[in-house]
Amino acid sequence: MVNELSIFAIAGRVFRSRLLLGTGKFSSPGLMRQTLAASGAEIVTVALRRADLSGSRDPFANILEFIDPERYLILPNTSGAINAAEAVRLARLAAAAGLPKWIKLEIHPDPRYLLPDPVETLAAAEVLVREGFVVLPYINADPVLAKRLQDAGTATVMPLGSPIGSSRGLETREQIRIIIEQATVPVVVDAGLGAPSHAAEAMELGADAVLVNTAIAVAQDPCRMARAFAEAVHGGREAYEVGVAQPQAAASATSPITAFVN
Amino acid sequence: MLADVSFVRDFNMLPLNGLRQGSLEATADQAREALEKPRLTVADFARLISPAAGPNLEELARRSQALTRRRFGHAIRLFAPLYLSNECVNNCKYCGFSRDNPIVRVTLSVEDVLREVRALREQGFRNILLVAGEHPKFVSGQYLADCIRALRAEVPSISLELGPMETEDYLPLVQAGADGLVVYQESYDRAVYAEMHTAGPKRNFDWRLETPERAYAAGFRRLGIGALYGLGDWRREAISVAAHAEYLLRHCWKAQLTVSLPRLRPCAGEFQPPAPMSERELVQLVCALRLLLPDAGLVLSTRESARLRDGLIPLGITMISAGSHTEPGGYTGAGREKLHHTQHGRMVELAAGSSEWASGATGQFDIADSRSPSEVADLLKRLGYDPVWKDWDAALMA
Repeated sequence: MVNELSIFAIAGRVFRSRLLLGTGKFSSPGLMRQTLAASGAEIVTVALRRADLSGSRDPFANILEFIDPERYLILPNTSGAINAAEAVRLARLAAAAGLPKWIKLEIHPDPRYLLPDPVETLAAAEVLVREGFVVLPYINADPVLAKRLQDAGTATVMPLGSPIGSSRGLETREQIRIIIEQATVPVVVDAGLGAPSHAAEAMELGADAVLVNTAIAVAQDPCRMARAFAEAVHGGREAYEVGVAQPQAAASATSPITAFVN
Repeated sequence: MLADVSFVRDFNMLPLNGLRQGSLEATADQAREALEKPRLTVADFARLISPAAGPNLEELARRSQALTRRRFGHAIRLFAPLYLSNECVNNCKYCGFSRDNPIVRVTLSVEDVLREVRALREQGFRNILLVAGEHPKFVSGQYLADCIRALRAEVPSISLELGPMETEDYLPLVQAGADGLVVYQESYDRAVYAEMHTAGPKRNFDWRLETPERAYAAGFRRLGIGALYGLGDWRREAISVAAHAEYLLRHCWKAQLTVSLPRLRPCAGEFQPPAPMSERELVQLVCALRLLLPDAGLVLSTRESARLRDGLIPLGITMISAGSHTEPGGYTGAGREKLHHTQHGRMVELAAGSSEWASGATGQFDIADSRSPSEVADLLKRLGYDPVWKDWDAALMA
């Protein structure tokens, strides 16, 4: 009997935590740092547009100084890019600035719902994979797009549960189920997870990990909420590996109905 | 390049009188109903800014605050206006830069502008709004492109607030590195607009109204709109702004939209706003705009007092200026040697011993919150906000 959770790895790198954190919307970088620690996360994503990429250690754009690169894998993201060219440029800039050659590819031209552009995302992924980046693309929960990205060589797919910051949970549940069923790379459910129960639901469904930002950053007590998410993620994964009972339409008959054949 | 539809067509069809009447005559029940809706229409918005909704201000503010926290988190973006020139070919009754005002004028050289922006950089600003009066001779396209190119090495985000231009004239400015364009309609009421703008190209209401669309077509990624409250009936103006915002979100869907709420206040010896808006009404408007437009940036400038800003920022504002100067050269004294008057488009030298040399160029309006950027940043931290100086990278517009 093995009691340990299966190994979670992206691009060959093993992680103990299946909770990824975003770094936006916190009331201070100090609180963000404490929250990251409380969450147990090992991968944290940072919007490149908020960071200083010039190497001048700009004190007015110093978010990276609050994230210990020994402790966390810093996952730069391309938020703000509205097409493949901009995303690729940002990724190259981040790599040139000495950040890990990992990139959370986010291309959302619509600043309202921040829904990802599938056409530009695939185009950028193809370029970045060719250039040796470990690419984690943020996508709508589109199973065919997920397959196309896997074929292009991305390290994960990151389908959304519902629009970023909406806290509406797994509105795309059935599509995510298909993505998980067909995945050859880890599936990280990203965006819209507003409560620990949403995260647990994604994990029970078989997601390899989840990424949470708003629900934690804007909570009354972000550290406690981060721990709540961490526990939910762990519990959900445990349940998935044990095997969650499927809801039954009717109660099981107590007497066997095939007894006549012995 | 512009499609033959524009906001002018929609605006002309907007039942403004009916919407305003619906606001003035809304019942408390209608106002409450609008407050409860998860998605608002412009008609709902009109009810939220109604007199009947006034008593529910606290509830409105709570909802606005919660929604803003969810969509923007605990982040407030900071920017600074940098005035390039106070030359202008227009006469606008409320504006200090009007061409017939005998003010001390100057247009900064590119070197002056660099000096100014370095001072702002030192204070923390990474997001600069370049402002200039409308004057093709002093503020030419070439001059603007030169300024933007020079500033590009200093700050990652540059927005413009200038006289309206053609799409093809905006193109070189975008190429030079500007990412945002701000243009206030001032008044969306044609009669008020005609009365306020007595001379100059600004008299063309429709041309100004279509400016954000021309800017978007040229590639600007951030669009700012607004009315100048105090000129016309504020509810009518606000309903027009709301309709304009909804139109831009639908048609210019890749742009980030900000809405500013500048307010003219009565002031001794100066232009008296014909339709002043109270503080309470301003608060109601900010919160109602937030419920209508959950993702739009809402901007509050240093025109408002420290007391009002401190109270209003946590209710729905997402972007503020701090430590602003509205006169060219105001941050460093740059351009002092070129001060002059302008008469009929020609420069007239100041008298040798005139006291005007010492006072510098004339500002556009008075600042009510004169706290320094670092004081404002400290205040934001005390209120539980992270002051965000940089949220844009030059690589996005290369």
